[in-house]
Amino acid sequence: MTHQPHHLLSGVEPDPARDAGHDDPPPRVGFFTDTSVCIGCKACEVACKEWNAIPEDGLSLTGMSYDNTQGLGASTWRHVAFIEQQAPPRPAPDGAPGPEGRTELPLVAGAPDDRGRQAAAGGELRWLMSSDVCKHCTHAACLDVCPTGSLFRTEFGTVVVQEDICNGCGYCVPACPYGVIEQRPSDGRAFKCTLCYDRLGAGQEPACAKACPTESIQFGPLDELRERAARRVERLHEAGVTEARLYGHDPADGVGGDGAFFLLLDEPEVYGLPPDPVVTTRDLPAMWKHAATAALALAGGFALSFTAPAVFGRGGSGAAGGRR
Amino acid sequence: MVPRAEFESYYGRPVIKAPAWAARDIAGYFFLGGLAGAGSVLAAGAHLTGRTTTATAMKVSSLAAVSLSAAALVHDLGRPGRFANMLRVCKPTSPMSVGSWLLAVYGPCAGGAAFCALTRRLPRVGATATGAAALSGPAVAAYTAVLAADTAVPAWHDAHRELPYVFSASAAAAASGMALVLAPPRESAPARYAAALAAVGEMTAMTAAERRLGMVAETYREGRAGALLRAARVLTVTGAAGAAGAALFGGRGRRAGRGGRAGRGGPGARIASAGTGRWITAGSGALLLAGSACTRFGIFAAGIASAEDPVYTVAPQRAAKERAARARKSAAREHAADEDGQGPS
Ligand code: SF4
Ligand code: SF4
Repeated sequence: MTHQPHHLLSGVEPDPARDAGHDDPPPRVGFFTDTSVCIGCKACEVACKEWNAIPEDGLSLTGMSYDNTQGLGASTWRHVAFIEQQAPPRPAPDGAPGPEGRTELPLVAGAPDDRGRQAAAGGELRWLMSSDVCKHCTHAACLDVCPTGSLFRTEFGTVVVQEDICNGCGYCVPACPYGVIEQRPSDGRAFKCTLCYDRLGAGQEPACAKACPTESIQFGPLDELRERAARRVERLHEAGVTEARLYGHDPADGVGGDGAFFLLLDEPEVYGLPPDPVVTTRDLPAMWKHAATAALALAGGFALSFTAPAVFGRGGSGAAGGRR
Repeated sequence: MVPRAEFESYYGRPVIKAPAWAARDIAGYFFLGGLAGAGSVLAAGAHLTGRTTTATAMKVSSLAAVSLSAAALVHDLGRPGRFANMLRVCKPTSPMSVGSWLLAVYGPCAGGAAFCALTRRLPRVGATATGAAALSGPAVAAYTAVLAADTAVPAWHDAHRELPYVFSASAAAAASGMALVLAPPRESAPARYAAALAAVGEMTAMTAAERRLGMVAETYREGRAGALLRAARVLTVTGAAGAAGAALFGGRGRRAGRGGRAGRGGPGARIASAGTGRWITAGSGALLLAGSACTRFGIFAAGIASAEDPVYTVAPQRAAKERAARARKSAAREHAADEDGQGPS
């Protein structure tokens, strides 16, 4: 194969590991998190904390839902979101079969007639649960902006922080379009999911995927996962779960596709995910160009300021001096 | 603009993470970096045109500013002891890496320029250092805008085209302000022109940025950021106007002074006028410095506010997505129409 490394900043990128300089890398791996079968047991959160020996980071009760973890961070690399909401009204509630499976949990088991009434009133109560994680972006802003080279692309196409190099500059934190990576206050350095780099090296699957009892978290080569996910969405659509959709699967999206992508049952922002994330470095060439122009303008402005007194008359008092 | 009513979020929690940077360190760094970088250009201009006092004063000011800014940067690191890791690699995709290298080049030049000017030794070396600092100075002043814009922070990233001009103009305002404070009146004409240009430039660039930002521009108008940026506008415009106005005063004052000397014991009022001009000039310079600091702290605060409220991440992205979908649809319609048109033939 005549593959030229081209170090794209955005767009479709078929082989990030090779472009990062790995010769003959293994296939790119990732997660497919199918939230339609998530039961919110948080086994993934626990397994991740245990395996990676992540310190405790607060034992608060949020009161907002069963979610007391609140979000991803330096010491939370898997986070299960809980959304309590009215299910969207079915397009044709009367006589149409309701969706199967765990996607809709009626409080009171209702007859089809009942369901029609509830739908008209805004749908039944349901829980959405989703285990969030670092997306291991194809174009990872965190990695692009890291000034020390602490963040790097592994041979598996994943994105990992090297603790012994990170100097805690914190630049990766606001660069991530998903709000994943964070500095640990007690430590200063940045931490996030490594996709269990140590386990991958030993031919093991990541701890969270291993622990998930419903196979909501699926680990494998990214190509396979994408095919499997497409089939799953199709099946759900056939079963009437029309709101099922994939998120982060598209290699043509703003981050070149996620290494960890999702099947969601509502808009991404409902789960706290950005609806259309773009890797910030996509615009970096434009930024440098504008900065160069601005720097020239700065120099030009001062050049003008020094020639003006000479033209309008020398001396300290500028325009007034000119009229002398 | 997307109305707030359509906006959904996960219990109102932010989507992205705001930087953990301390405002004093990082906004302070933006301000000091600008003061240093633009100051070096002013120093070189003064050096070339024989305004020696101004040149020396600005060289010293730039050295002080760049030293403080580097200290602020190191202080803000989670692991300050590892600051040298910044120079482990050189990554053009990381504005912070580029900036570290820029500072590594600029800092010693600014230091050399100040050292030679103060000690009046090695004039050749001093001139070279002054020139090198003036060449790298504008880059030091402008790159911090890229540093802020190359993030997912809506108030910074979405203004990535305008921010470098805002930062450069603000840097020029700070440097000319410093020159107006430090330089003797007979040397201050260029700084007055520069102050006026900088004020006009900053106002223009800020207006353009806010227009571009759409709904995110709220973060530039509300809260702490709004207050700081309003103060910045008043301070910068007053400072620039004061500097120009003091020129008139100063002109009259000097003429009056000469007349007074010629006539032996001229009226005290005229002499007071000359002194007033000097004070107005210095005061205007201080206003310009304060204005530049307010601009940087204000933009910093706007960024934090835009990161902490999910609406500023979600609403613009939703709008972009819908625009793209509409574009795709109309392209598909056109394509279909084309096919229909060509079909029969
Ligand atoms: S999700 Fe954020 S932290 Fe994870 S790879 Fe992408 S940019 Fe980096
Ligand atoms: S905090 Fe560490 S990992 Fe993040 S950008 Fe800075 S050096 Fe890189």
